[in-house]
Amino acid sequence: MTNSILTNSVRFVVLILLQVLLLNNINFLGYVNPYLYVMFLILYPLNSPQSFFILAAFLLGITLDTFEDSGGINAIACLVIAFIRPTVLRFSFGISYDYQSVKLSNTPFEARLGYIIIVVFIHHLILFSLEMFDFSHIFLILKKTLFSGIFTILLILISLTLFKQKQR
Amino acid sequence: MQQIFNFLIRNKNNILFLLLLVLSLFLTIQSHSYHKSKFISSANFVTGGIYRWANGVQTYFHLDDYNKRLLEENQQLRGLLSNIPDTSLTKNHLDSLSFSGIYEFRTAKVISNNYSKVDNYITLDKGKSAGIEAEYGVVTSQGIVGIVDNASKNYSRVISILNSSSKINAQLKRTNHFGSLIWDGKDPNIVQLVDVPRLAPLKKGDTIITGGKSLIFPQGIPIGRIDDFKLDTNESYYTINIKLFNDMTNIGYVYIIENKDKAEINALEENDD
Repeated sequence: MTNSILTNSVRFVVLILLQVLLLNNINFLGYVNPYLYVMFLILYPLNSPQSFFILAAFLLGITLDTFEDSGGINAIACLVIAFIRPTVLRFSFGISYDYQSVKLSNTPFEARLGYIIIVVFIHHLILFSLEMFDFSHIFLILKKTLFSGIFTILLILISLTLFKQKQR
Repeated sequence: MQQIFNFLIRNKNNILFLLLLVLSLFLTIQSHSYHKSKFISSANFVTGGIYRWANGVQTYFHLDDYNKRLLEENQQLRGLLSNIPDTSLTKNHLDSLSFSGIYEFRTAKVISNNYSKVDNYITLDKGKSAGIEAEYGVVTSQGIVGIVDNASKNYSRVISILNSSSKINAQLKRTNHFGSLIWDGKDPNIVQLVDVPRLAPLKKGDTIITGGKSLIFPQGIPIGRIDDFKLDTNESYYTINIKLFNDMTNIGYVYIIENKDKAEINALEENDD
C-alpha cells in the first residue's frame, strides 16, 4: 500500500514536470502538443477508493492549470475522466473489472488500447473545447483533439512499453 | 437526519465530483474574462521558481540571438542619437527628475512563454520587488509583447497579444486612423486590427504602430506590417491581418513600460463622471 502511494506520488511529480518543462514546448506544426500527464489517470490503481482518485485528479489538473495559466480547464478534464473511469473500464475490460482483479499489464492489448484511446480522446475533447470556449471553432477543436490525441496515445504506448513491470 | 447522512455517504463520490467541478468551472469562466483570473496564476513562488530554474539552462542556447538583437537595437539607437542636435544633449536641465519623461523603462527576462493556445500568457522573472505592477506595458526592441496583468513579489504574468482577451489600441503609421488589435487564435505571427474605418487608405506592407489613446503604451511603438485586409460583413470597417515584427515564439528579454502620469490621468477621468 505505502509502495503504491509512493509510486503514484513520484509519477505525479515527474509527469507534471515533464509536461510543463518539455512537452508543452513541442508545438509540432504550431499547435500539436502531447498531454502525457493523462497517463497518471490511466495508471492510477484500479482498486483504490473512487473519492481519493477524484481528489488526486483534481490536484493534478489544478497544478497544471497553475503552470499553464489556463484557469481550470485541465482540472475539469481530469475530473471528468476520474468520474467516468469505472464505466470506461467496465466497457473495455468487460465484467472482470467488477471483481477488482484486473491488472493493467495483464489485460489483452486490444482492450488496453481501447481503454487508453477512450480516455485520451474524451480528455482532449473537453480540454480543447474549454480552452476555445467557443463552439464556432468546433472544427479547430476537433482538429486539435485528433492530432494531439494521436500524439498522446503514441507517447503513452511508448512509455508503457519502456516502463513495463516485470511479470511475477 | 439519519437518512440525510446515509444519502451523503452513499453519494460521496458524486458530491465530491460536483463540488470540484463547480470550483474548476468557476476558475475557467473567470480566466476567460479579462483581468479576473487572479487566483490561479503562474506568477507564484513554486511555478515561477521552477520556470526560472529551467530557463536558466535554456538561456545559454539563445545567447547568440540575444546578442544580435542587442547590437541591432544599439545600432538603431545610435542612428537616432547622431541625428539629434548637440544643444539638446548638452543643455543643462534645471530639474534632473523631469529629464526622463513620463515613461519609465525596466528590463526583465521571459521565463515561460505560450503561443499554441488561444489564451496565452508569458511569465517574467521580476515582480513587485522590482517595481512592476499590473497594467504596465511590455515590449521588446522589435515590437510589443503584451500587458502585465498580475504581479507577485518576484514574478509577474503578462497577457500576451496572442490572447483572445487582449485588446490594444493601434494605428496606421502613415495616416492616423486607429483600431483595436486582437488575435483570432490561429497563427502566432499574424494578429488582426479591427474597426479601422473604410476611409483609411491601406496598402500592403504599411507599418502599424501603437496608438496614443492608451495609457499603457507610448505612441509609436512598432507592431507589424499589413499582410492583407478586407472589409467586414457590413462593409464599413476593415479587418486587417498584420504580420508581427516580433517573433512571439522566441522573445528572450523584454522592456516593461511604466506610465508615471497614469494615476493622475485616471483620477482626472474619474472626477468627470
